[in-house]
Amino acid sequence: MELFRKTNFDFLGKKWPFIIASLVLTVAGLGTMVMKGGPRYGIDFRGGVNMAVKFVQTPPVDKVRSALSSKISGEISVVENRTDNELLIGTELKDEKALDAARKTMQETLAATFGGTSGKLDLHNTGAQALVDRLRDPLQRASVPMNDQQLRDLTKGILAYRDGRPNFGIIQNLDDLGKVQGVTPQVLNVIKQEVALAPFAIRNTEVVGPKIGAELRNQAILATLYALGGMLVYIAFRFEWIYGVAAVIAVFHDTVITLGLFSIFDKEISLTVIAALLTLVGYSMNDTIVVFDRIRENLKLMRREKFEPLVNASVNQTLSRTVLTSSLTLLTALALLFFGGQVLNGFSFALVVGIIVGTYSSIFIASPILIYWTNRSGVQGKGSGGEKVATAAAPKAVAK
Amino acid sequence: MDKNLRIKALVILATVLISIYGIIGLPKSKDELANNWKKNIRLGLDLRGGSHLVLQVQVQDAFKAEADADIERLKEDMGKANITFGGLERNDPSSLADADKIEIQIKGVPVDKAASLRTLVSEKYDAWVFGSVNSSDYRLTMKPTKSLELRRDTLARSMATIESRINGLGLAESTVQQRGRSDAESELLVQLPGVDDPARIKQILGTAALLEWYDVKDGPFATPEQARMNFGNALPLNSKLLRSAASADAGEAWYVVSRAPVITGRDLRNARPQQGELGKWETGFTLNQEAAKRFGRYTETHINKRLAIVLDGQVKSAPTIQARIEDSGRITGARDQQDASDLSLMLRSGSLPASVTYLEERTVGPSLGADSIQQGLVSGVVGLIAVVLVMLVYYKRSGINATIALVLNALILIAALAYFEAVLTLPGIAGIILLIGMAVDSNVLIFERIREELRSGKGVVAAIDAGFSKAFLTIIDTHVTTVVSCAFLFIFGSGPVKGFAVSLVIGLVANVFTSVFISRFIFDWETSGKKQLAELSI
Repeated sequence: MELFRKTNFDFLGKKWPFIIASLVLTVAGLGTMVMKGGPRYGIDFRGGVNMAVKFVQTPPVDKVRSALSSKISGEISVVENRTDNELLIGTELKDEKALDAARKTMQETLAATFGGTSGKLDLHNTGAQALVDRLRDPLQRASVPMNDQQLRDLTKGILAYRDGRPNFGIIQNLDDLGKVQGVTPQVLNVIKQEVALAPFAIRNTEVVGPKIGAELRNQAILATLYALGGMLVYIAFRFEWIYGVAAVIAVFHDTVITLGLFSIFDKEISLTVIAALLTLVGYSMNDTIVVFDRIRENLKLMRREKFEPLVNASVNQTLSRTVLTSSLTLLTALALLFFGGQVLNGFSFALVVGIIVGTYSSIFIASPILIYWTNRSGVQGKGSGGEKVATAAAPKAVAK
Repeated sequence: MDKNLRIKALVILATVLISIYGIIGLPKSKDELANNWKKNIRLGLDLRGGSHLVLQVQVQDAFKAEADADIERLKEDMGKANITFGGLERNDPSSLADADKIEIQIKGVPVDKAASLRTLVSEKYDAWVFGSVNSSDYRLTMKPTKSLELRRDTLARSMATIESRINGLGLAESTVQQRGRSDAESELLVQLPGVDDPARIKQILGTAALLEWYDVKDGPFATPEQARMNFGNALPLNSKLLRSAASADAGEAWYVVSRAPVITGRDLRNARPQQGELGKWETGFTLNQEAAKRFGRYTETHINKRLAIVLDGQVKSAPTIQARIEDSGRITGARDQQDASDLSLMLRSGSLPASVTYLEERTVGPSLGADSIQQGLVSGVVGLIAVVLVMLVYYKRSGINATIALVLNALILIAALAYFEAVLTLPGIAGIILLIGMAVDSNVLIFERIREELRSGKGVVAAIDAGFSKAFLTIIDTHVTTVVSCAFLFIFGSGPVKGFAVSLVIGLVANVFTSVFISRFIFDWETSGKKQLAELSI
């Protein structure tokens, strides 16, 4: 099977609609960013508390929001993940000292709003030690023969049942614990007396102080800039410096558009999103290099050709590879987006967008810059003449 | 098969076997296999559950304590040297950055005593630089070398204390590391895999647990004002006011106690939880020999007087001395057994030289970790199947070649993670899934080149040869640029992002081997022995 055989699309002749589309996207993205007062950073970069709370039933988003906003000042975000009955609750906090208190308030408010466990221990949100301590005396009183090690093994089993597949943190009914090894009807009775199930389980807590947040933000920006600089140097070394510049501008364009789309779709930029951005920087660079590599090769083979048709031919020659690879990588990124869960949502979204934008920027951004520069410097330096123009930008011969 | 191919086959076989050994070892049973897998594939906190804490040591506390101790010494020494003074106090640096600005002010020293004060300080207080404010007031500032040493020492002691508390809690595989620059940032990174009640751990790690026994001069009083009134509105020299916490049977109370403690937590030999009267939990402790002697002498001469047991500046109880006490005591008022045993752990591991604040906490419950692994696996498998299907349809028999390369690529990557003892995180899994896409790119590049060469009329063997050598440079260029960006991710990234960079780089290096070396071998092996190969299924 073949997708393209000997194509000769005039990509570079039709570059303007694409460049304009890029500009529109960039302006729209930057515009919404300015309107919203900068990119929407996640808790990682701003400082605050993030909690992932799984509910027994469909979570009442509004109830959670109103309950929390009466207790905590500042912005509160509640994001729903329907497939998992899970809520991501975030509060922003500027004060290092208030973080722990806010976390506690969030926990207490949730407990108060969704019914406490009336003095019993909440099995959904307890640790092993607390469960051991809670069960020890009642089991003794009910004269269940059990030494300390057995008790520890029992609670370990119960918690493993709670956390493992398929429950993942939520037990529908205490009677289900009968399936756990060591839980006899007698033990189950004691458990039912001492333990109850709150209708939610806190599965993840992130508390990030503003200091660490600012530090992470700086690190991320530095990482991106240095990565771009490093790649520019490498390409300049392997090709010509203008190739490096063209590639970096194309990649920068991809990053800006992806960030803009994050702003348009109101998605948060977290630490993992930065990882995704850097991946797509690498990926888009890949794509550009494959085209540039072909241009370099063709410059040696087609010495008589003018530069623009030569670039166009190179794009066409690599077209089936470009399309195939992009769609395959897109497939894996889409798999992550659909099956990777809430935590990786931003990450996979950035990848999906980045792969699409990164593929077309090699053709419609990086290549035109190369042509524009070569034509200009050619006109300035050595007058007209296609051959000379082409060699003006010919990269150094590379030893194999 | 010719000799060259045989050697290549051996290299590939050896790589595969070493990889498999690295992942599962040499298991003799199914259980052992599962165990080896668990041992070799180290899961990060986000996958197995646990807590990641960043805490900041408030070094300025140690500076203040150092200044306080020297003020006490100075008072004594100046008294001995007959140097009178109007006031002796320190300033109060409130933040970490200000710690170096600590200074001791000596006010109202007669002019004729200035020279002897200067000599005293330079002889016996080598941590301080003597400076004069005006003719009667002087200022001691800390030497930069000394303050650097104090910072490092405070951080090291805090780290040791926190480590020993973590060990005392029996938290296996936990780590405490310094974060940032030791002289300026004073931050510690604590990673606690498998912890399920971080609130308690944070409390234990963050409590100073400074235990002191003071001589009670008077009290209790209901308010500090009452206490001062009792002494004619000024506290007697060498005494201070301490508060006791409100409890169930008594409200808040204030005690006037001696300024210097009789014994401190450093004099402890052991501490343990025990049940006292009425079965209530309390923490019992034993003093070391030297302190026991001192304490014995002290209690003998202070019978019927009271002692305040003070923890972190708060009076826990103020019992009356009934008889000579040698070496043991107890702290009552624990809520339950856990409370009592937590306190004894803190006492055993020594006090923190400075208070700590938490800058960051990330706690992943074990259920979310299990969920994430499942989601990662599902998306990995779905992505892999999709890629393999497309390759098989598009490249027919050569698609099998690419698939083998892809699977071996993943195998080598996982084995390398195991050998390097790298930690697999959720972004790491994402990196592996992404690698599937990028790995297949190398094969696509090569295969497309081979097709081109075939179209231009080359024979099968020559086309394969040209395809590989032409695509090789491109592959190197694309891989190196990605490695460059990952290197910066590794240097500047933190925690999970680092894991992502590590997975991706190892995967890319393995990819050069699988897509160039192994794929080539499979083609060569297919075509070897056949003199004239008319067609290649690609």
